[in-house]
Amino acid sequence: MSLLEITSLRTEFSTRQGLLPAVDDVSLRVQPGEILGLVGESGSGKSVTGFSILGLIDAPGKIAQGSILFEGTELVGASDETLRQLRGDRLAMIFQDPMMTLNPVLRVDTQMIETIQAHRSMSSEEARARCREVLVQVGIASPDERLKQYPHQFSGGMRQRVAIAIALLLRPALIIADEPTTALDVTVQGQILFEMQRLTRETGTALIWITHDLAVVAGLAQRVAVMYAGRIVESGTVQQVLNTPLHPYTRGLLDSVPANSERGQRLHQIPGMTPSLVNRPKGCAFRNRCSYAQADCETDPPVQNFEHEHMVRCVRPLTEVKR
Amino acid sequence: MTTTPLLPVQLVDETPWRQFVRDFMQSRIALCGLALLVTVLFLALFAPWIAPQNPYDLAKLDLMDSKLAPGAQSMMGSTFWLGTDGMGRDMLSAILYGLRVSLLVGVVSGVIALAIGASLGVSAAFFGGRYEQILMRIVDIQLGFPAILVALILIAVLGSGVEKVIMALITVQWAYYARTARSAALVERNKEYMEAARGLGLPTWRVLLKHLIPNTLPPLIVVGTVQVAHAIALEATLSFLGLGLPITEPSLGLLIANGYEYMLSGKYWISVYPGVALLLTIVAINLVGDQLRDVLNPRLAR
Repeated sequence: MSLLEITSLRTEFSTRQGLLPAVDDVSLRVQPGEILGLVGESGSGKSVTGFSILGLIDAPGKIAQGSILFEGTELVGASDETLRQLRGDRLAMIFQDPMMTLNPVLRVDTQMIETIQAHRSMSSEEARARCREVLVQVGIASPDERLKQYPHQFSGGMRQRVAIAIALLLRPALIIADEPTTALDVTVQGQILFEMQRLTRETGTALIWITHDLAVVAGLAQRVAVMYAGRIVESGTVQQVLNTPLHPYTRGLLDSVPANSERGQRLHQIPGMTPSLVNRPKGCAFRNRCSYAQADCETDPPVQNFEHEHMVRCVRPLTEVKR
Repeated sequence: MTTTPLLPVQLVDETPWRQFVRDFMQSRIALCGLALLVTVLFLALFAPWIAPQNPYDLAKLDLMDSKLAPGAQSMMGSTFWLGTDGMGRDMLSAILYGLRVSLLVGVVSGVIALAIGASLGVSAAFFGGRYEQILMRIVDIQLGFPAILVALILIAVLGSGVEKVIMALITVQWAYYARTARSAALVERNKEYMEAARGLGLPTWRVLLKHLIPNTLPPLIVVGTVQVAHAIALEATLSFLGLGLPITEPSLGLLIANGYEYMLSGKYWISVYPGVALLLTIVAINLVGDQLRDVLNPRLAR
């Protein structure tokens, strides 16, 4: 059984301009201990997907349809209390900006202990011991001194380690990491990625890594789902998606990575802009930017499955001939 | 906020509190204000032990000593450093006791109004919807009336007395706190740590009490200091108009009012010295409040 199974999820936001389906017909599956990379540019709905899983979609947004099955529990329509008990316990989240996710006026130990005590009846001493253990696990030296400090006394990388430690406190089955390394510099980013890989392997925690950075996904994840304009346009194993992309958008993303270009050569970019999601016309959302687009792209593209669950949502996937 | 790059572990005692104290000490004027405020508080607190005379004890007053100029000797041989009023009361003692009453009224009403206003404002921002709409319209209406008018009406309805004046001042002030608390909470509510706190599955009351409210306190403290000064001035105004505190327990405003009738006959000290005391108190509170605002305002952070 999958740990997490999302079926045709649709999350909408009602705006002045009309209904905005930030996430539309998204289906995902995560196995226990698996690392899934959720890739897409800003506004593609990847973060909203993460928030939907946690039940953190606030008005004017709501989950309009679909199902999110986590460890056999249906999360869509679940009571606030059920969701609250899952959050931080079985399901944890790591946010993008480590400068912002820790409460500036509370000491680190206060914030860690209260998380434990929100879910377990544990004495402060036992909770503190667990905090110390997790801080060591994420590679923070002298955890006893660090626990007594305030967030502003930590560097960016250290703060993200603390955020990761808080996520790991109650040994969750799934961690959703929303671009947790984007705000960090490259060396720290590398360290954090390495730690995450090691930690998920040690603890058997599954991980959904939301990012726009394909290089990160290539090194970290086992499977990838590429999102565009609220939909998953391609998913499969890292090798499948990165080595033999089937969707023109994935291809464009891969070509945009500077490392793949020759020195002095003009960098590749995908022409045009992400379309507005309000009142989106029928058909493929990428067709205006796609060099392979033809008239039949104006109908909703079918989901096609290739060998070993390599899924693509395109009328004309990039098969061997075109590549 | 000053970003502290890669602090070595030895500097663990750099708490926000210490940083705050260090920032506060940077302004000389604010330090003077603080010193003045501490002095005023000290004098008010220990008035019964410092004052040469108990101005509430009518048996100690001698009409023969009335309206003596500052520095004059009494019949008993003691000196009235600031003169006496129309009933032969030592002005210095009356001012010390008056400070006590004025500060008590100002601080108590300020603290209670802060508590009421902050909880209403923060909950409005947190829960939103119709509750917020109704509450904030009430605040708008309340702030539309001049404070003195509202206070006068309330005193007229409730009657006079220390607790009635405090109630009137709370009614006048809570709306300022509610408005400030709401706007501060609206900003904090959308910060990522709030989302993170919810993402950790913390109970709502805990998110509200331990995460949201402490982060909305800095602007409230600033408004609080200004409002305490405001309350003291308003109480003095009410007393001056004869609608505040009873004459047996004179506050500064009442002392000023008492001396008013002697002003034109050259006996300035009966009004002027309580006025100076009131002025110094309010200036001291405002100086401290200004510096607090500068220190606690993230936009002015150096």
